[in-house]
This record gives sequence, C-alpha cells and structure tokens, in this order.
Amino acid sequence: MLTKKVKSRIFFLSVLVILAALVIFVILRSLEENVVYFFSPTEIYNKSNITFDKKIRIGGLVKKNSVSKNNTSVNFIITDLKKEISVSYNGIVPNLFSEGKGVVAEGKLKDKKYFIADKILAKHDENYMPPEVTKALEKSNN
Amino acid sequence: MIKNFFPNKILSLNITAVNSLILLLVIVIIIGLIYSLLLSPPDYIQGDSVRIMYVHVPSSFMALGCFGFIGLASICNLIFKIRFMSLIAKSLAPIGFIFSLISIVTGSLWGKPTWGVWWVWDARLTSMVILLFFYIAYILTWKMVNNFSKANSITSIIGIVGLLNIPVIKYSVDWWNTLHQPSSITLTSAPTIHYSMLVPLMIMFFGMLIYTLIIFLMRYKTEVIKFKIEKKKN
Repeated sequence: MLTKKVKSRIFFLSVLVILAALVIFVILRSLEENVVYFFSPTEIYNKSNITFDKKIRIGGLVKKNSVSKNNTSVNFIITDLKKEISVSYNGIVPNLFSEGKGVVAEGKLKDKKYFIADKILAKHDENYMPPEVTKALEKSNN
Repeated sequence: MIKNFFPNKILSLNITAVNSLILLLVIVIIIGLIYSLLLSPPDYIQGDSVRIMYVHVPSSFMALGCFGFIGLASICNLIFKIRFMSLIAKSLAPIGFIFSLISIVTGSLWGKPTWGVWWVWDARLTSMVILLFFYIAYILTWKMVNNFSKANSITSIIGIVGLLNIPVIKYSVDWWNTLHQPSSITLTSAPTIHYSMLVPLMIMFFGMLIYTLIIFLMRYKTEVIKFKIEKKKN
C-alpha cells in the first residue's frame, strides 16, 4: 500500500511540519515577554531587567481585606499567594472586581512593590456555579 | 463508517434524511435554549451574562474541530492523493469560519461586562483571530484559484500549517498568563462547571454538532456534484 512515492511524501511532509513547528516554537519562545498578557508578583520579583518607564500588566488575586477606596482612588494589594504588590488606581473598577478574585492591572511600576495602574481588568476564573451553591459552600467552610 | 463519505455514497443522501436531521436539530436546540436561557441558574459572580457561554463554548469547539478535520484531510490529501478528502475539507471550511466568528463576537460581548473591555490581545484571543484568518485564506484560495489541482495543493498546505495553530489555541491558557480563563472541562479532572450549567451546555453542544453535520453533508454533496460536472466538461 505504501509505495515509494507515498513514503517520500510522508517523509517530506513530516520534515516540513516538524520544521514549521520548531520555527513557531522558537518565535513564541523569543516573544515570551510579549505573549504573556501579564506578570505575576513573583515573576516581577524575580525579573532582573525591569523597565520602570514602560507600561506593563501585572495580575493575580486581590488580597482579602486590602481594598480601600476614597473618592475616586482605589488602593489594593495584588497577590499570587507568594509575593505581593501594592496597587493604586484612579478611576472606576469593573463590576466584577472584588476581594479574593482575579485581577489584571495595566500601568507602571514605581518599584518592585508599588504599582500605579491606569486600567483595571477583572479576570474571571474557570469556576461556574449558581449563587445557592456558593452560599452552601461558604456555610460548610465556616 | 469512512465508506459513507465516498463521493458516490454521499450522492444517495436524500431530502428525507436531511429533514429528519433538521427535525432533531430543532428539537435539541429548542430544549437547549430553554434550558440555558431560562431554566439554568445565573452564575454567582457573572450573573446572567454566563448564558453567553452556552453559545460561545460550543461555537469555539466547532471552530477548532472543523479546522482539525481540515488539517487531517489536507494531510491525507497531500500524502495519499485522495481527492474526496479535499472536498470534505472544502465543505467544512465555511462552517468553521462562521463558528469562529460567532465565538469571537460572543466572547467580546461577554468580555465587556466581565473583564471591563471588549477586546485584549492575549494569547488565546490572538490565536483565535489567527484561526479566523486561516479560514479566510483557505476559503478565498478555493474561490480565487480556478485550477482545481493547484487550488487543491495550496489549500492543503494552508490546512496543514493552520493545524499547528490548533494546539496553540487550546493550550494558550495553560502555557502563558492570559486574561482568558483556563478550560473548565478537561479530560484529566472533574469539570469546574456546576452540573446545572453543564447539562444545558452539553445539550447546546449536541445541537451545534448536529447543525455542523447537516450543513456539512449538504455542502459535501454539492461539492461532489460540482466536481463531477467539472470533470465531465473537460
């Protein structure tokens, strides 16, 4: 069934596909910094070449009991449960922004621990459930 | 099973078979829509905008699935020179194109109330747009290149290169930090969707699968007839 012609076609095609996959892999690897949408506080902590004048995004969870609002400014802490970064923001946060939930902030780092955001996005996780279930879960946890 | 897709077999596809599939589709979609839009509960965070998911997730899956088949058919076509494989791929392309468009539009409508923005260039969304471009390139090549065997080989290469993008879309949420959430339904662990939302999602899934099958069978029959007419002319 596999004639010589078919075999050579399989060979060339697989070489082509492997090469293309390698090229894509190398491109994505070298663009890693641009492909990731945000950095976690730990990644910021470990980063050696931080640019403080360039806009970046950081993301993680809004630390419980860390949100303080006065007038239009909001201060809170982004955590990945290992490292933390304080964020201050002037403006309206999205409806789904809340403590203990995911968040992505866009703006500039002042230093490795302090971030000035000019845009806040709420990040939703992969959990979907009705409100009654959440209440039941909370009850059983307490 | 595969024999049913041989060009001569598909010609015996009659209107009764298609009509009974359409009847099934209407029943499943009506049940699915009532279940997902009215009976299923709102989400504990997203509220009612979770209902967009019942269209968004199956559409995305169909968009990826159709291109997966196009890619595999292109490989078979290039290596073994099986002609009807290219007709199968050609019939699947517009379906996948529409589904990826639906996926992007519904995703954007969901993104505004949830994330706070219509669109971001994160890895998942960007790779999905790339898939859309692959569909456009694939369909346009069939339309613009008049010589069949030439169009056949160009589209096959587009199909194979585009196939490499499919795992990138699927795993983008695991490989990189993305704004898009990771998959809720995986093969390895329990779904993180409550069953009261999982059931309507599965019904909608089934409905869209039937829809894809109907449109595919009809298009495939048309493509085979067109191909045979062309052959007679030459």
